[in-house]
Amino acid sequence: MSMITPEVIAAHQLTPSEYDKILKLLGREPTFTELGIFSVMWSEHCSYKSTRIHLKKLPTESKHILQGPGENAGIIDIGDGLAIAFKIESHNHPSFIEPFQGAATGVGGILRDIFTMGARPIAVMDSLRFGRLDDPKTGDRNGRILEGVVSGIAHYGNCFGVPTVGGECVFEESYSGNPLVNVFALGVFRHNEIFYGKASGVGNPVIYVGAKTGRDGIHGASMASAEFTEESKQKRPNVQVGDPFMEKLLLEACLEAMKTGAIVGIQDMGAAGLTSSSCEMGSRAGTGVEMDLMYVPQRETGMTPYEMMLSESQERMLLVAERGREQEVYDVFKKWGLDAVQVGVVTSDGMLRIKNHGEVFAEIPNHALADEAPRYDRPRTTPPRIAPLNGPNVQSASLTADLKALLASGDICSKRWIWEQYDHQVRTNTIAGPGSDAAIVRIKGTSTSVAMALDGNSRYCALDPREGTKLIVAECCRNLSTVGALPVATTNNLNFGNPERPEIMAQIVESIDGLAEACKFFEVPVTGGNVSLYNETLGTPIYPTPVVGIVGTLPTGMPVGTAFKSAGRSIILLGGIGNPEHQELGGTQYAKVIHDSLWGKPPKLDMDYEKRVQQVIRELVRNRLVESAHDLSDGGFAVALAESSFGPESIGSDVHLDSALPPELLLFHEGPSRILVSTANPQKVFEAAALKKVQAVEIGVTLEARVIIHNRAQLLFDVSVAELRDSWTNALEHLLHNPVLVPTA
Amino acid sequence: MKVGIVVFPGSNCDHDAWYAISENLQQHAEFIWHDSESLGDVDAVILPGGFSYGDYLRCGAIAKFSPVMRAIKSFAHDGGLVLGLCNGFQVLTESGLLPGALVRNDNLKFVCRTVGLEVVTTNSPFTSQARKGQVLRVPIAHGEGFYIADDYTLDQLEADDRVVLRYVENPNGSMRHIAGILNEQRNVMGMMPHPERAADPLMGSTDGLFILKSLLSANVAHTPVLATFTS
Repeated sequence: MSMITPEVIAAHQLTPSEYDKILKLLGREPTFTELGIFSVMWSEHCSYKSTRIHLKKLPTESKHILQGPGENAGIIDIGDGLAIAFKIESHNHPSFIEPFQGAATGVGGILRDIFTMGARPIAVMDSLRFGRLDDPKTGDRNGRILEGVVSGIAHYGNCFGVPTVGGECVFEESYSGNPLVNVFALGVFRHNEIFYGKASGVGNPVIYVGAKTGRDGIHGASMASAEFTEESKQKRPNVQVGDPFMEKLLLEACLEAMKTGAIVGIQDMGAAGLTSSSCEMGSRAGTGVEMDLMYVPQRETGMTPYEMMLSESQERMLLVAERGREQEVYDVFKKWGLDAVQVGVVTSDGMLRIKNHGEVFAEIPNHALADEAPRYDRPRTTPPRIAPLNGPNVQSASLTADLKALLASGDICSKRWIWEQYDHQVRTNTIAGPGSDAAIVRIKGTSTSVAMALDGNSRYCALDPREGTKLIVAECCRNLSTVGALPVATTNNLNFGNPERPEIMAQIVESIDGLAEACKFFEVPVTGGNVSLYNETLGTPIYPTPVVGIVGTLPTGMPVGTAFKSAGRSIILLGGIGNPEHQELGGTQYAKVIHDSLWGKPPKLDMDYEKRVQQVIRELVRNRLVESAHDLSDGGFAVALAESSFGPESIGSDVHLDSALPPELLLFHEGPSRILVSTANPQKVFEAAALKKVQAVEIGVTLEARVIIHNRAQLLFDVSVAELRDSWTNALEHLLHNPVLVPTA
Repeated sequence: MKVGIVVFPGSNCDHDAWYAISENLQQHAEFIWHDSESLGDVDAVILPGGFSYGDYLRCGAIAKFSPVMRAIKSFAHDGGLVLGLCNGFQVLTESGLLPGALVRNDNLKFVCRTVGLEVVTTNSPFTSQARKGQVLRVPIAHGEGFYIADDYTLDQLEADDRVVLRYVENPNGSMRHIAGILNEQRNVMGMMPHPERAADPLMGSTDGLFILKSLLSANVAHTPVLATFTS
């Protein structure tokens, strides 16, 4: 007689013990609708059940933090009575099934997280990871996924009117069956304009606004919590369809309605739609929410309560208004041509009560859904050794050819083909956009700008998740410092495989430990983020891929760019060439591109030294004591030097090094804590560096049109800027549009 | 001078235009909502960039039916200055205030970059402050900026000195590299590039000010309509 068979429970991805917990919490058997509601709220995607106990280790407080984890987005104070809200979220699984809509709705979802708090979104960044484009078997498909994802992001962000100001794009075999699409958004508002997702005030009306509900995306949250199998391809209807115009209207209407003062609480309907927004708002306020679904605007007929509660139709919000002031809210939404309908009321009993035409279909304590989700301390071993400790002989046949190959490789080459499809200037705040070490967006009406960067490095994390994650935080902070910004706070997206496998769980915990340690040390507390697990296809997990987004502040002014501006300037390597005993090549781009290999350990990080290097560069940039500044990262010194010559002036360099390192290591190791600057005031740079006990090595001078490097008496290379630029500029288009030649047998 | 900036649902460069006029140039600017039947007492109108009504059908195809466009047509008919930027240009061609059409870029992709624009004529209220032949560095950001018209119309535009701006390097396939044109009365201009994005040194170029300053310094006494004018 009961519909709830063990098969039905399993189909909802609930374990028998989770089902027992539901029985205990309810004191009875759930209805089918209730089972669906529990399954989405207790999914990995919504509940963080595998990571919650570990995420507690992350630092979350500082004097700048106004809102830490647990809300729709984190909030930091930036002075002048202003604050910014920011967060990152993944849309990995939908983007593989349907790249264009998957990525588009990823942008839509994170934008709603920002404006549901009252902030106007002013910047977006994306961290993208795909399979290799030069793989004979999967290259074409990986390219199609890339094109779909990029046009999806462009479609949504451009129409909505938010600039996409930066990000990263990486190609690695392990993402071939499981691309990663992590989207970051940031918004600005006044302290007194902050709204929370709270259903306060018994008797207050619960109002549904925005797009109508359809059957799209049902069970999206549970889909994002399962591995990919052959059947996943049949899940296409689970992917939602985005409407950026509707989202733009929703943004303007929400911000205008908030100004009326009639709104008590508001939350977007993201993953798990109507379910998560209603029970989380009730749970936060300690209230109940009672809704009758007959009032929900629907664009399909015959929808069941189960379908309506689990729908993930886009561009919808749930809000609680002050009783008696509903009309003020309705008037604003009517002006923008949007539905705004009372669907329920805030109650005192703490229950989520779902009716349809008066008949009760679900009655669950809000806190049971939002706070009583199972938490697992899953068994873990140690992170698996993915690559050998020792690598091949790395003697180079031609350093010039190696450098050109690196510049033309997917990870390092110019990403112009991608970012020109994004409107990166709308709202006229973008002081430094794509291609900069960190993006800078000014805050109009103030003298403050906000800088932001996204970083990941799964090769380092594959070799050592803890040290790799620390290196990522260090690099992200360095990117900010290099443009003169003080890093303030962090958001993070943890992309890993199946946590039920002890070796994957070990990677997750090690990475979180590294994140906690580095965020504490660099004083960039974590204000929230996203965990994306089960990133596996046919049993093969992705490399552990924590992605870190850090925001900082700086005084508004003309940016100091990455490129050399004039000939005859001193070139100084801040941080030094690197300790000869500590250098590793196994995790570098050199190992990847030239040797198609991965081995050993990630570069060694001295966090204390790193912090001092960053203090020095911030001071130099803010005081205009350098003409250019570019941090060393992928590809090491030689790549940073080449990139510094790719400005409009094509100013190259004549460099004389004095190192005992073999040239391959000297040019291409990725030791952190190093920044390349050019300056007309070398003495000032030496003084600033000496004050913080940081090495500042004068390595040469800028000159027109050529890049020349000597080490001691040996000429390492002498090549024209034009030749290097050729390799770098159009490489991505070549990789995308030149079919891979497969040798015939 | 008082500039009205039209806001359609989906306009997203409206605030940028407002900021350029009122903050960068310290002149009076105000927003005009799309369902407004009147333009008030403005001296010039800007149709800003964005995606009016979502532009899911054809860019500007819905906007031409909005109440404010009726007001703008009669304003233009009476000699009022109308500047359409990006989506605003698309709306002007859809409305019949300017000839030709804007279709998808030849590579079928949205493109956002700063381009060189040659000032072809200074005989217009929108370029009077520039030099003929001057190259302006101004950003473009559009998916449908490919200007097309029949040969007769193109010849006519050139013969009448109504091609105002041409791309130095054509980014979208536009016929005869056209980036901006005038109507016959020379009081309505449409251009795909965004001068409001090049109005502040922090944004990397201030060349857009040549266009905006020309507009602001134009003689706003609405010229009486010629008897021969037909719409």
